Amino acid sequence: MVAAAVLRHLGAGTARRVVALPLTLSRGVSDSTEPLTVETSVPYKSHIVDPPAREVATTPRELVAFFRDMSVMRRFEIAADSLYKAKLIRGFCHLYDGQEAVAVGMEAATTRADAIITAYRDHCTYLARGGDIVAAFAELMGRRDGCSRGKGGSMHFYKKDANFYGGHGIVGAQAPLGCGLAFAHRYRKEDAVTFDLYGDGAANQGQLFEALNMAALWKLPAILVCENNHYGMGTAEWRASKSPDYYKRGDYVPGLKVDGMDVLAVKQACKFAKQHTLENGPIILEMDTYRYHGHSMSDPGSTYRTRDEIAGIRQERDPIERVRKLILTHDLSTSQELKDMEKEIRKQVDTAIAKAKESPMPDPSELFTNVYVNDCGLESFGVDRKEVTSVLP
Amino acid sequence: MVARAAVAANAVAAAEFKSGGHELLLFEALREALIEEMKADPTVCVFGEDVGHYGGSYKVTKGLAEMFGDLRVLDTPIAENSFTGMGVGAAMKGLRPVVEGMNMGFLLLAYNQISNNCGMLHYTSGGQFKIPLVIRGPGGVGRQLGAEHSQRLESYFQSIPGLQMVACSTPYNAKGLMKAAIRSENPVVLFEHVLLYNLKEKIPDEEYICCLEEAEMVRPGEHVTILTYSRMRYHVMQAAKTLVNKGYDPEVIDIRSLKPFDLHTIGNSIKKTHRVLIVEECMRTGGIGASLRSAIIDNFWDYLDAPIMCLSSQDVPTPYAAPLEDATVVQPAQIVAAVEQICQ
Repeated sequence: MVAAAVLRHLGAGTARRVVALPLTLSRGVSDSTEPLTVETSVPYKSHIVDPPAREVATTPRELVAFFRDMSVMRRFEIAADSLYKAKLIRGFCHLYDGQEAVAVGMEAATTRADAIITAYRDHCTYLARGGDIVAAFAELMGRRDGCSRGKGGSMHFYKKDANFYGGHGIVGAQAPLGCGLAFAHRYRKEDAVTFDLYGDGAANQGQLFEALNMAALWKLPAILVCENNHYGMGTAEWRASKSPDYYKRGDYVPGLKVDGMDVLAVKQACKFAKQHTLENGPIILEMDTYRYHGHSMSDPGSTYRTRDEIAGIRQERDPIERVRKLILTHDLSTSQELKDMEKEIRKQVDTAIAKAKESPMPDPSELFTNVYVNDCGLESFGVDRKEVTSVLP
Repeated sequence: MVARAAVAANAVAAAEFKSGGHELLLFEALREALIEEMKADPTVCVFGEDVGHYGGSYKVTKGLAEMFGDLRVLDTPIAENSFTGMGVGAAMKGLRPVVEGMNMGFLLLAYNQISNNCGMLHYTSGGQFKIPLVIRGPGGVGRQLGAEHSQRLESYFQSIPGLQMVACSTPYNAKGLMKAAIRSENPVVLFEHVLLYNLKEKIPDEEYICCLEEAEMVRPGEHVTILTYSRMRYHVMQAAKTLVNKGYDPEVIDIRSLKPFDLHTIGNSIKKTHRVLIVEECMRTGGIGASLRSAIIDNFWDYLDAPIMCLSSQDVPTPYAAPLEDATVVQPAQIVAAVEQICQ
């Protein structure tokens, strides 16, 4: 059981594991913690701040973990696509494949004391924060064992014990919430920051500017992360924004433009931002990223962009392929071993789906639970307090 | 829930307290509540426009910034949507903000945050987060403040699941409801009224809270149940004087809890009188009265001897001219006429 011993050792060493599923590593894959320096793919662009260095410190173990974590996320999203087409997932389903580097890189730069809040493309952020993959599938299918008990759905994943605040359907509404989280950090004098994520579409919401103003005014430890995947649903950024340089939108708030498909660049930027924010107040990180799927499963994603564009990005900038190349170049593993890892991940995702399918639908009584916190024995819903007629003694 | 409503009978005895009690104005009662709760619990904080250095546009937060500091009594920019959202986020993370809308009407800008985030996050997160937020501010028709500053938002917020709503009307219940709202783990909207801030009353020296879900028996009676809240309570009591002179015995209940209704108190009253008049400042369409009427019909139909009457404000923007503004809201003479009609 050498592999199991390796696994346990690995589990103990890494402060946080993205995926709770244990993974049997192939014998030859390096899990060394020897430092390794990699240069980011492109230089950072900055606004009223000096950018961090392009040389990123990492380790073989970390690179392998990145590969694995992103592969799990990729598999998860592709599986969700199939489940949606099989009508097991209904409603809106916004997939994150292509953007995995942002979630994984950010997680590598933070601790669980830091808070993360995002919008509705939240499956992978939930997984990055240590979310349970079975609970995630169960939630997507509306089952009892879902992470929100089947009552939230795709757009409402949360994990309170990991300081992950969701999971929000209305574009941009989470930005002020993120300021509130940062406010609480400051109020309690915690040495922690909030990563407040939003998209290029949400960047045009008034509340984003309101949030920026308040965060800067009170020096809140808020990092506003614009996941710029260049399309607000079907509208390209240049058709919606007079200035698509979202990292400059802060005006008096510094900003950094990051290659969001390069997990190491993301990690470096988030680390830099965290340090900056704790001392100086808010900063904007614009992650230049891309989603392969359409805006949601109801959007084919090809009416407003060409298939060549999508294929081109997949060919040249795919985050997982980039890390695979790094691993192979530095001889940390063989190509076959990585393929085996992917196969195993695929199997485990399938197992998770099977397990999630076993979870039953929520009990009808769940309709009325969690409307209120059960204060004063309050179980009321509408104005007349009960769902049945009141009976007087 | 049944046993608790019996306490409503004791609400009349607000004036009976152990020690001397002290007299104050309604806005001072709200302030006293805030000070007591902020002293007792360091997570209670206040957000709003001009609440800090200015002391609050209606002086509810006067002196609090000096006592508790600028971070706990936060002067926000004029950005209702965001600072309400910030309150929700802070509440998710364990603080207990009290968000003030300088005028309730301004909170329409924060409707998305109040409805989708404040009201629903406890549910959509499967119970993980609680939002112990208090949203308060003055609303109602004032003295010629114009249409946009004379709004009644009770009806707009009514159907948001997950919210509780209360309306205060006296210094005693203002302090009690504010304290209860702050302590509640659920989001509570506390409706104050622009014209009631200078009401004077003697309240107990010792600490007390009012139950959020209870109605207040203002005047027990036999002939008709008059259900009202906020400023209209005073129009009803004025009408009651006339009615008593004319030989009627109205029972006046200040419902206080707008969501949920205290159907126990209300039901017991209807059981006794068999006649109901609702007097509210809300618009006729989709107002509190409309829901209350429905709830009474669904629950207490068998006890009714006459159709339920509901007097509400007219479905018009509140005009500026004084006589027109007076005609928008319910006046005591109309209340008297309505009771006479019901009791025929």
